Amino acid sequence: MSEKIIKLMVCSGKNCSRKQGDDITDALKLELEAVSLENKVQVVRTACFGLCNAGPVVKVWPEGTIYTGVSPDDAAEIVNEHILKGRKVERLLYTDPATGKKIPDEKSLTSLKKQLRIVLRNCGITDPENVEDAIAHGAYLALAKVLTEMQPEDAIKIIKDSGLRGRGGGGFPTGLKWEIARKNQSDEKYVVCNADEGDPGAFMDRSVLEGDPHAVLEAMAICGYCIGSSNGLIYIRAEYPLAVQRLKIAITQAREYGLLGKNIIGTGFDFDIEIRYGAGAFVCGEETALIHSMEGLRGEPTVKPPYPAQSGFRGKPTNVNNVETFACVSPIILKGADWFSSIGTQKSKGTKVFALAGKVNNVGLIEVPMGTTLREVIFEIGGGLPKDKKFKAVQTGGPSGGCLTEKHLDTPIDFDNLVAAGSMMGSGGMIVMDEVDCMVAVAKYYLDFTVEESCGKCAPCRIGNKRLHELLEHISKGHGTRADLDRLRNMSVVIKDTSLCGLGQSSPNPVLSTLDNFMDEYIAHVDAKKCPAGKCRDLMQYLIVKENCVGCTACARVCPVNAISGERKEPHLINQSVCIKCGACYEKCKFDAIIIQ
Amino acid sequence: MSSIKIELRQEDISKIREICASFNNDEQELINVLHKCQEHFGYLPAEVQEVISDCMGVPTAKIYGVVTFYSFFTMTPKGKHPVSICMGTACYVRGAEKVLEEFKKELGIQVGQTTKDGKFSLSSLRCVGACGLAPVVLVGEKTYGRVAPDDVRNILKEYKDK
Repeated sequence: MSEKIIKLMVCSGKNCSRKQGDDITDALKLELEAVSLENKVQVVRTACFGLCNAGPVVKVWPEGTIYTGVSPDDAAEIVNEHILKGRKVERLLYTDPATGKKIPDEKSLTSLKKQLRIVLRNCGITDPENVEDAIAHGAYLALAKVLTEMQPEDAIKIIKDSGLRGRGGGGFPTGLKWEIARKNQSDEKYVVCNADEGDPGAFMDRSVLEGDPHAVLEAMAICGYCIGSSNGLIYIRAEYPLAVQRLKIAITQAREYGLLGKNIIGTGFDFDIEIRYGAGAFVCGEETALIHSMEGLRGEPTVKPPYPAQSGFRGKPTNVNNVETFACVSPIILKGADWFSSIGTQKSKGTKVFALAGKVNNVGLIEVPMGTTLREVIFEIGGGLPKDKKFKAVQTGGPSGGCLTEKHLDTPIDFDNLVAAGSMMGSGGMIVMDEVDCMVAVAKYYLDFTVEESCGKCAPCRIGNKRLHELLEHISKGHGTRADLDRLRNMSVVIKDTSLCGLGQSSPNPVLSTLDNFMDEYIAHVDAKKCPAGKCRDLMQYLIVKENCVGCTACARVCPVNAISGERKEPHLINQSVCIKCGACYEKCKFDAIIIQ
Repeated sequence: MSSIKIELRQEDISKIREICASFNNDEQELINVLHKCQEHFGYLPAEVQEVISDCMGVPTAKIYGVVTFYSFFTMTPKGKHPVSICMGTACYVRGAEKVLEEFKKELGIQVGQTTKDGKFSLSSLRCVGACGLAPVVLVGEKTYGRVAPDDVRNILKEYKDK
């Protein structure tokens, strides 16, 4: 364990821009050397702090001062003022977007107050490229406990009793999954970690792998011991190069310390982990598709049963869990099932990580106990919507989920409540939308995604989603009728009922939930041929308000198709038959004379 | 399969054979082999797939099936500076579509195409996990955040002479 007492933690999340993070790290190290403090103060690259709007972020540990918007040039001041003289650098302190006040340390951060970090316990605290640092923070203690003090059945019982459910989207009880895999006899079994995070707008798994890779490796080894397997595989997206690099370093270091490989910590238990790469296919998040992809095939799903726990990778019993699920395992083993099951709601235990994004002030990763309401997440942790825009909807669960509205804001978030409200937990993407977002366009956006990502194996998903997308296109162009709305709903229900895998069974959710919650918007599109949010290009018009127009000609000059005419100092006019609705004039006008209708 | 016909040099063929051999010509390692080959050649033309097929004893049709299934693999060469626009949900609600339109207009190409001089190629991708910076554009390895349509011309200018 290192003797260094103070740590300067530099965020290396993608939002804080990796390149600049490197420069800041180097600059801090140089400044520390200049005052001979390199042995007392450690500079650590860590994962996302969840303050992405204000990056690059540097945190001083253990006191918790947060500096934001840091550049390499600020390194000298941080070292000389803060480290040497103990004076905080006021100008770099984080400013609360809600109150405009400077925040002296993380304890006063409102966005952190409601949070409880179990999965992200070490993210932003340990150095992910140093196994000693991880061990100093308690990594591999749970593995040692399981291997030396417990029978596999005992460990499975703890996981079962804790009520942990799969965090990848399905919410299947993890302990039960392990028990089934254990009961299936075979000469070989596999433990697979699903790190193929493909939901647009979700990046929690990447942050865990980049910030605390040992948590995942340790849990996979525990799972291996429980189900009787000595082979671990991590299936990760090739689009996550930093996570891949950190995993490779972590695996190598864990092997050197005898925490992976043969005869782990002298107990006679063997377990090793290999990395397999995905190649960009959303459907590979489905476990049977994932297994085919690992076998070098097209990532197409197959009918269950047989479940992977019976016949999975290479036809052997295989247990697939998601990154976040694995990250919950060690704390449960160490602190007990009762501790974990005391957090959360009746049927959903523990915490959930969400990637909060879209029209919200504090964008970033958050972790809250199950049962926290959407209102707390969006308005207290997320700090509300920017520019005081009105909240319209929040989309959870990515392309498989739905849009929830104001009436759902006080619903406690858990697996079952979200499903009952017409959405789902999914992997934890949470996108906030405001009044200028058109719900028909949002549904179309997700269908666009599904059409592209459908593997094409079963007809309902391949053809049905395409037809849904065409209908939505039709409506957003102003050609839709009331009958089309019925058709949308009927087709959605059929696709859900008849598709082969989870992708098709959930892909119509964005359509159904917007139909349920925003019917008036659909009706405006088909009856009045209007888009209330002003998003659907074919349904809107740019108009010049005579009273406001001073005849400055700025709009006419910027128009790419010469659709605007008028004399100098006289009100101008837009020729609607020529206008291509590019919005250039709207952006240009300084007199609020151009409106969207 | 592909409209571009290329002649593989002997050393290219040896390289492919070497890659396949490093994975024991194991059929189950096909995706890893394709990753390595694409890393080397920049793309996976039909000719490369044929050599892989020969080495590993897997029908070319099956390899083609895998290559076209995954969006990470491409059969057309990327530009020297590949431009990718994130179309993840967070970027979408913050106006990524308009940024993409602007790139199409400025470069005169559609998504999936490469400019005639081979300098730029355009692709859209799903979430790079930088939602705090939405909308996000990647040029090569460099990330540009909070991109507005007006910024597009300046971004491209940085690469004009490179």
